[in-house]
Order: sequence, then structure tokens, then C-alpha cells
Amino acid sequence: MKSYSIYISGVGGQGIIKTSTVMGEAAMKTGLPVVMSEVHGMAQRGGSVSTELKIGDNYSPIIELGSADLLISFEPVEALRAVPKISKETYIILNTNPIYPFNLSESGESYPDVQNVLTELNNKAKQVYALDADKIARESGHSLSMNMVMLGAATAVEGFPIEKETILNSMKANLPGKSLEINLKAFNTGFNFVKSS
Amino acid sequence: MIDFLCVKVVIMNLKEVLTAEENQKLFLLGNEAAVRGALEAGVGLASTYPGTPSSEIGDVFSKLAEDAGIYFEFSTNEKVALEVAASAAASGVRSFTFMKHVGVNVASDSLMSAVYTGVEGGMVILSADDPSMFSSQNEQDNRHYARLANMPMVEPSNPEEIRQLMGFSYELSEQFKLPVLMRTTTRVSHMRGVVETGKLVPGKTKGFFKRDPKRFVPVPATAMIMHKNLVRKMEELRKLSNSYELNKIYRRNGKVGIVTSGGAFNYVMDAVQGNNLNVDVFKVTLTYPFPDELLLEFIKDLDAVIVVEEVDPIMEKEVLSILGKNGIKMAVHGKLDQSLPLIYEYTPNIVMDMLETVLNQEIKKNQVLNSDLSIPERPPTLCPGCPHRSVYYTVKDAVNSLELNDVIYPTDIGCYTLGITSPYDAADYLLSMGSSIGTSCGFSKATNQNVVCFIGDSTFFHAGIPPLINAVHNKDRFVLVILDNRTTAMTGGQPHPGLSVDGMGWEAPEVSIDAIVEATGVKYLRKINPMNIKKSKEIFMEALEFDGVAVVISQHPCMLTKGRRSSKAELAVKQEKCDACAVCLEKLACTAIYKDEEGKVSIDPKLCNGCNVCVQVCPERAIGVKK
Ligand code: SF4
Ligand code: SF4
Repeated sequence: MKSYSIYISGVGGQGIIKTSTVMGEAAMKTGLPVVMSEVHGMAQRGGSVSTELKIGDNYSPIIELGSADLLISFEPVEALRAVPKISKETYIILNTNPIYPFNLSESGESYPDVQNVLTELNNKAKQVYALDADKIARESGHSLSMNMVMLGAATAVEGFPIEKETILNSMKANLPGKSLEINLKAFNTGFNFVKSS
Repeated sequence: MIDFLCVKVVIMNLKEVLTAEENQKLFLLGNEAAVRGALEAGVGLASTYPGTPSSEIGDVFSKLAEDAGIYFEFSTNEKVALEVAASAAASGVRSFTFMKHVGVNVASDSLMSAVYTGVEGGMVILSADDPSMFSSQNEQDNRHYARLANMPMVEPSNPEEIRQLMGFSYELSEQFKLPVLMRTTTRVSHMRGVVETGKLVPGKTKGFFKRDPKRFVPVPATAMIMHKNLVRKMEELRKLSNSYELNKIYRRNGKVGIVTSGGAFNYVMDAVQGNNLNVDVFKVTLTYPFPDELLLEFIKDLDAVIVVEEVDPIMEKEVLSILGKNGIKMAVHGKLDQSLPLIYEYTPNIVMDMLETVLNQEIKKNQVLNSDLSIPERPPTLCPGCPHRSVYYTVKDAVNSLELNDVIYPTDIGCYTLGITSPYDAADYLLSMGSSIGTSCGFSKATNQNVVCFIGDSTFFHAGIPPLINAVHNKDRFVLVILDNRTTAMTGGQPHPGLSVDGMGWEAPEVSIDAIVEATGVKYLRKINPMNIKKSKEIFMEALEFDGVAVVISQHPCMLTKGRRSSKAELAVKQEKCDACAVCLEKLACTAIYKDEEGKVSIDPKLCNGCNVCVQVCPERAIGVKK
């Protein structure tokens, strides 16, 4: 099969490692070769973090510049930071809810208007699915299910190599009762959002 | 912000490292695969001091050791961890000690002797290097240690290889009665991949130490013989390295060949296969002693060699010396001829660009786009409600009130190193674990400036006690702030000797920091709750005026400690009272406080941990519980 690369970016503490692991495990269960790279350590204290996932016959999980098939960004500015990894063929799932860097007033930098971020990403990529995943998560029952909204949305993207059922099974095997219900709701809302766009 | 739903999931998955039967597929992190490999090799004792990128190995052992029936500990520091493992191995128990690259510096004093005395049971030392310094003060290449100490070294490229090489390393270690060094890098330790499990072997946890001072006590007379034996063992190991199956040659009809190891091998293979290049590849896995005869075999029909390795040109120099010794003239490309950079980790693009130049052949690469919008930096920072933040705020406030200038703030290794960022600017000098106190001694002698240094609880136990004794005995003058947040926070919250739980999860006696400080003879010792701003400031002012070593122990648990985050009253800025003075925003700079589009100061309820410090800091008393 053609190799499929997923770049996931966000801010330390948003749960991106877990989201990536669920995808990777589902790929493995599908019988696909998969490798992934995670960032642990200092960056997890609110810094920029990313994981990289490659499905197919690869040795390294690190994605060559300009070749991610899918970018899942948990935060608008972190999607901009990931632009060197994408191409005109990339699909993007974007959580539109900004997290402002703590040192803006000190560094004198400004946080771009989210609308401008969207325009910029639309200019660069094939298609951007933008959603307020934090809001959807709260409406699903818990703000912490935000990463499952993003996962659901990713699963619905054209060309995503893992079946929805496999992802759901991987979630079900891992999540206990009550939180599973909330997470499934969050997942499905994300999924349907992309399907109906 | 840590996902409580997911923390559980991770733990449940981790159990599989122990419960999975033979021939199962697991999606494991390199660090998790190391644990599985150790359990399959029948390890009986494991020890560490936590440090990124090796920390998860200890986290997994800590969760599984009891069920696995083996012993695991978080030792006080890496030197102790190595000594615990070395003596276990000397008693015939297979032992595993692991640490970040700079941890090996701490352990090195005993490591140098452990290769002389050797082992009975197998011993593996894993050094997790950090090229590009994701979480470290340097990117030293610990492959030098294999040469410095004279010990065999393996370099895995992925999690499955880590698992396999654990078994091999224990065999090798016992065959040659030497510890084996396994060198990983961040990208290998933090790579997740499919691992096929082997059979678990119950670890032997008790051995017997057969006294033999000639073998285990290196004094000049015995050490002379030990060194001689060591050199002989390394010569035998060189032969073994030349026939080792994982020192593997991939022939692709090339006139150019690449010698590579570890994580760099992955980039090489992706570039070579992805572009169908006629380039031969020599993957060196047992990299020290370097397989010289295999190299000669590899280059037999080649015109040029490229060496692709991270970080220093170590194999490159090996290759050059083997060619020189055999009188072979051949172009060698790598770091020394600047085909590849001498610093930082490699990437697929660095390797592809290099191949394009050296092979003088076009390589298919994708166009690289850049954002047309400017992107604000997002450096890591202290968590909302972190007790360190209030300490920095209060110390600065005390210094200002006393109108002290040019205060020096030596810092140490931990979350509080993040005090380097503005507005705290409370990190002026840092060398290594424990250096905050030792360097304060020097500043106290060599300058007339005021000195305030910071060290965490775990770091104090690790390397802070000898320099404190030094300070008292040599009559230095500075303020030492011990930031006791009841955990080893930066690496993910491991226990330390000051807590009532140990690495096995068992109840343990708490070692008291105050009692240690008192015993050194410190004359000024106070304890504060850093969340009480007014009281803390008074104490800091007193401490700053004290003529001698003044110790302030700041006690408040880390915000990531279990349960801290859930009990919170929602705080908000009362807009009618707030005059936008921005003290909370600019002086305290809690990440949960921000200025919205209209310039109104607000608190993000998602981030706020309800520590109540901003309430005390606000001069207008405009922050309070949301009604
Ligand atoms: S993990 Fe703990 S010590 Fe570290 S920044 Fe967060 S609250 Fe502070
Ligand atoms: S109470 Fe204030 S200082 Fe504490 S976390 Fe919340 S916003 Fe930050």
C-alpha cells in the first residue's frame, strides 16, 4: 500500500499522544505496519507538541517535509507551525479554539486572528475541516473528550486508512463504562461533522 | 489539562507489557519495549533515577514490578542506581539500570570500576541520549562512554530491536562477564512501533555473593590485572562483533555504501528504498567494539563510504582509522567533511539532502511550504497554579522591597528551570543536577552580590546535600530555596526519598529534608507555604538579610499531583473593579490569565487551578470566586 502519514500537533497537556496511540493501535489491529514518534518531557509543560504517525512500509516515523497526508491540529497556531509538513494534497482537521501563549505581552508577538489562520490553511492545503472541538466535547458531557472529537473527525476524512469500526473497537477495549459513552458521543459528533461537510 | 479518562487507559495498556503471552503484537513505546525485553530476559532487579528520554522505563517498572515478582527502585541518583545494579549483578542476579545521557556522568565514577570488576549475572546499562536537547542541558554523545570505560555497546533502531537486544545483551554480558551499554536516542526511546512478544522468564531476584577481593576490589595491585583482562575481553568481543548477525549488510548493487546505526539507520533506509537508490547499507548494531573486518568486507567493491550517525563523528573516525591501517584510499563522507552537520539530531530531509549532494543524483523531495502568517512562539512554562510561580513572584517582590541590585539566581534541573522565562528571570546559572548550591558557594566567595538559588526536593536528595555541607562549613552567604513539591515533577511525577511510597508502590519511610538541613548546622531555616504571598515575602526578606546560609523550604504539592486539580472554585476577574493594571498578567504571568480582544483581563476557567495567588496579588482586589 502507499504509505499514509499523519501529523498531529497541539499544546502540551491536550491529550494528543493518546489520540495518536489509539490510531496506531487500530492500524496494527488492521494488520498494517505502523510507526509513531512522540514528544515527552519539557515541552509537555504547555509548549508546542506533536506526534507523527506513518502507516505503511517505513522505518522512521518522522514525516518528510511537505508530505503529511493528514494534519490534525488541536490548536490554530499549532497548525501554522506544522505548515512545512503539509502539501497541496493534505487534509486538515482543525480545532478552532485558541490557547494563547503565556508570554505574548512579554515577547511582543501577537496571536493571529483565527479567521486568518483558516484562510492561510485553506490556501496551502487541499481541504480544512474546522470545528470547535472543545465546545463539542463539553456538549458531549466532558471537556476532556475533546481529543475524541478530533479522532472522530479524522476517521471520516477521505483516504484515512483505518475503518471506523476498528477505531471504535480500540476505544471500547480501552475506556471504562461511563466515560466510554461520553467519548463515543464526542467521537461521533466529530465524525459526522466531517462526513456532512 | 491531563486527560483523566485517558490516564487510566494508558495504565491498562501498560499492564499488557507484563500480561501479554508469547507471539503477541503490542504497539509499544521504545521505553516500554525495554521493560518487556528485560522481563523476557529474566531480569531480577532494575534501578534508575528518572530523566527524559528514559523516564517511562521506570514508570512501567514501577507499575509492574510487584506483579512480575521482581525488584525495582527509584534510586537517589544515577550513581547509586548503577551501584545497586552492579552489586546485584556481582551476586548473580540479572540487573538493569537506565538513565538519561547526563545521568551516566553522575554514574560514571562507579561505571569505570564496574567494567574492571565485571559481573556474574548479566547487567545492562541503558543510556538514553537526547540529540537536539528536547529536555536536556546538552546533547553529549554517550557512545564515547563505551570507549572510555571499555565496554560493549549496542544501538537499537526501533522498539522491536530494543526488546530483542535486551535478550542478546544479557547473554553477551554473562558470556564476557561485563556490563553492556545500550545506547538509544530520544527518537528511538520515544518511538512507538509493533513489538512481537517473546516468552517471559521469571527473574531470579536473589543470588549469592561469592567473596573474592582479587576480583571485586580494584586497588592498584588487583586493578593492574583487571585492566589486562578487560583489554583481552574487548579483543575477543571485536571478533564476535565481526560475526554478529545484526551487524548487517544490505547489498543494493552500489558503488557507494552507507555505514549507519541507531535512529539514523531509519532515515537512511527510508531514503534509499523510497528513491530506489543503488546504495549499499551497513547497519551496525553491536557498534563497539566496531566490526572492522565486516567493514572491510562491506567496502570491498565500493568507491566511497558515507557514515550516517548521531551526534559525534565516532564511527566515521573508526572507519577512517580502519582504512588507514589497511592502506586503503577511499573517500569517506560524513560530519568531518561537512556533508552532515556536527550538531543536533538528523531528519529525513537532512539525510536526503546529503545523499543528493554526495551521490550527485536528484532525489525526489516534496515542495516545502511555509506559513505566510507570523507564528508566535510557545515556550513551555510552569503550569497554572504551580507553586514555583508564587515563589518566583515573592522572591522578586522581596528583592525589590529591599532595593537589592544585581542578585544572582543560580538554578537547578527540574520544572523550576522554566524560571528562565520572563517575567521571572530567576535562572542565571546552571551546570547540572545539584549545581545551584555548589555554584552559589563560588558566587558567595567570588562576588559581593546577593545570591538566591533554587533546587527541587528530588534534586536536593540527588546532589544537593554535599554542596550544602560545603556551604555551611566554608561559611558562605546565600539564600537557598528548596522547592519541595512532593514529587519529581518534570519527568512525570516519580516518588523520591522524601515521600512515604517507593518505586515498588510500597510504603516507605520518609526522609526529612528539614532534618537533613538542620543536621548540617544551618542557622537560618524557615518553612513557608508559597501560596501565602504576604507571609512568604516577609520570610524571604529576612532570609536575604541573614549573614550566612539561609534555607527556606517552600512546601506545596505540584499541581499535577493526583487530585489537586479537581477541587477548585472557579475564579473570575470582576470587570467593574479591574483597572487593567496587568500586575497579574505581567508580574505573576499565570498562563490561565489573558487579555481578551477588547483588552479586558480575564481568567480561562479551563486552565485555572484555583490556587488563589492572583487573588492576593491583585492590588484592586478584583479577582474572586465567580458568583
Ligand atoms: S508539573 Fe508541577 S512543578 Fe512542574 S510546572 Fe506543573 S505544577 Fe509546577
Ligand atoms: S487562581 Fe489565579 S493564579 Fe491561580 S491558577 Fe487560577 S488564574 Fe492562575
